[in-house]
Amino acid sequence: MWDYSDKVKDYFFNPKNAGALADANAVGEVGAIACGDALKLMLKVEPDSETILDARFQTFGCGSAIASSSALTELVIGKTLTQALEMTNQDIADFLGGLPPEKMHCSVMGYEALQAAIADFRGEEWHDDHEEGALLCKCFGVDEGMVERAVRMNKLTTIEQVTAYTKAGGGCLTCFDGLEACLAKVNAAMVAEGALAAQEAYRLGGTTQAVVKQKAREARGFVKAPAEPKPVAAASPMISLDAIAPVPAAAPAAPGGGMTMLRKIRLVEETIAEMRPYLRQDGGDCELVDVDGSTVSVKLSGACVGCQMASVTVSGIQDRLAAKLGQPFRVVPV
Amino acid sequence: MTPVYLDNNATTRVDPAVVEAMLPFFTEQFGNASSIHAFGAAVGGAIRTARRELQALLGAEHDHEIVFTAGGTESDSTAIFSALEALPDRDEIVTSKVEHPAILAVCDHLEKTGRAKIHRIGVDRSGRLDLDAYRAALSPRVALVTLMWANNETGTIFPVEGLAELAKEVGALFHTDAVQAVGKVPIDLKSSVIDMLSLSGHKLHGPKGIGALYVRRGTRFKPLIRGGHQERGRRAGTENAPAIVGLGKAAALAAAHMADENTRVKALRDRLEAGIVQRIPNCFVNGDRHDRLPNTCNVAFEFVEGEAILLHLNRAGIAASSGSACTSGSLEPSHVLRAMDIPFTAAHGSIRFSFSRENGEADVDRVLDVMPDILDRLRALSPFWNGAGESAAAFRPVYA
Ligand code: FES
Repeated sequence: MWDYSDKVKDYFFNPKNAGALADANAVGEVGAIACGDALKLMLKVEPDSETILDARFQTFGCGSAIASSSALTELVIGKTLTQALEMTNQDIADFLGGLPPEKMHCSVMGYEALQAAIADFRGEEWHDDHEEGALLCKCFGVDEGMVERAVRMNKLTTIEQVTAYTKAGGGCLTCFDGLEACLAKVNAAMVAEGALAAQEAYRLGGTTQAVVKQKAREARGFVKAPAEPKPVAAASPMISLDAIAPVPAAAPAAPGGGMTMLRKIRLVEETIAEMRPYLRQDGGDCELVDVDGSTVSVKLSGACVGCQMASVTVSGIQDRLAAKLGQPFRVVPV
Repeated sequence: MTPVYLDNNATTRVDPAVVEAMLPFFTEQFGNASSIHAFGAAVGGAIRTARRELQALLGAEHDHEIVFTAGGTESDSTAIFSALEALPDRDEIVTSKVEHPAILAVCDHLEKTGRAKIHRIGVDRSGRLDLDAYRAALSPRVALVTLMWANNETGTIFPVEGLAELAKEVGALFHTDAVQAVGKVPIDLKSSVIDMLSLSGHKLHGPKGIGALYVRRGTRFKPLIRGGHQERGRRAGTENAPAIVGLGKAAALAAAHMADENTRVKALRDRLEAGIVQRIPNCFVNGDRHDRLPNTCNVAFEFVEGEAILLHLNRAGIAASSGSACTSGSLEPSHVLRAMDIPFTAAHGSIRFSFSRENGEADVDRVLDVMPDILDRLRALSPFWNGAGESAAAFRPVYA
């Protein structure tokens, strides 16, 4: 079975704040029994200060799902909603002394429930992706509905694009078959509707796992990419479904080698600052550590750390820097 | 607290008598069975004995119909690839949706690489094969029918002897993955028309890493592993003599305990099952109530998740397993339970208790002691449970 930390076991066997909360005024329900995970998070929020006075949970799920839910309640009690919104799923995992990688989606469920509960309190609508068909990618908790939407909205036709837009397939890639089937199916439907040219559509067997993995390695800079086709994962730095902010055009002066170190650092700082909102949106962050020649060291934090998306994030930053500064940069997470 | 081991369909404890039989073959009896000298001859003799013991357990007509392999998975692969190669003018395979991954993964691969068309026959709510669909899939294009003798998760038994006869009518080869059945139910191959049968040592108190493929005399056969002339050229590689001897001994012991398995062990299983259903609301037995392995008990507990139950059981010193996704790292519950159309609310919470001849009354008592409390605790946490002993969800399954 799984190698759970003592704290995970303790929170599973002796869950804190379990059960219904009678006077809850913020309730978040996420997950679906079909996925084997469901969580109802109930908060009692003091309306004026927006402080979370009490929190309880009910969870259908495995050991780490129950432990994560319980940990979440411990973490949010006493926080204001604004503070709570800053939490990421990584905070839950860290609090528990880590979760097995395959179980990270349990912490994501906690994160989502919190977002949902706060949205409920504020009278906003929160969209739960997990009820739209089967969960395709377990590494990133991406379901069929989300992949379908991304493929349609953005006319995606390769697996790498799907990964860049949804994260699905960015990790172990055991979801390859499912992603492939979904992409082929949606593309076929788009062709039938006249939304996509037949020759562009992805067909089953159009690529192999090995090719996708190789491209991912290239995107991460582990190996040199062949000269021409640019890996899509690197081309689209952000993996959110929201409109992707256009990469600014290359700096007019394109000062190449003639740039002063100070100016270089400023530009790098600027680039990272531009990307920060998107990283935050995904529960992560990135800080500049050092610039040495054409090597930029950055520190990833929050959900970006250890996340399989780190490499995609890094290659995203790399691409932006290259576009902005007009010269290639290597971004190294430290 | 002595641990209670009820996960025998996963693997069994090696019988001490099996260990004892194997030991000399690591030390003084180290010869290569293919060698002409006395060292080799002694080992060759022991392998012959093992072959006869397996022959007896399977009711095979000839001892040379037994081919030793590295286990059930290798036996399954050998049978499938052999059939496709031996009948080159046929390119279809008939199997079921509830087979072990050792069969399903090979079939998926053959389908993906375009080497074979695969018919995957469905099952009903009890896990019984859809016979109409099976008959409909049979045609002269079928090279091989491969259907399990008994299901590893639910214990449901397929009537393989009859299914084999239907396969013969269209000239297809018939293979059965009998890894779970061998040693638990009587098998008499000579009075059947089954062409090939897979078995595995560690499911019947033998060692791991050894198995056998029964190949009926006269069956067209192509080896999977080529090289030396071992196993009459049907499986190359120096014989794993200690393991083969162990498997032989395990087969002899299984034959001797067959009656116990079908009476005493079955009664233990039935008592556990009845006790659970009686004490715990909203649970039901998965699998065919009538035609099922005597040792297997699979119960679906609604509105809780299997891994959570297993963690509690483990803490109480009880080993079982679950058809839940979360123990395997996948997100879909067991393909077997899904094929049986067990609703998600229950499939995620299915627990398999599998007995062996080493279990006793005390084991059943221990499980019955702790289960109600575990279910109470987990259901109290579940958003699908309203605490009044009734599901809060609108969903109401039909109890089969
Ligand atoms: S399951 Fe999708 S990347 Fe691992």
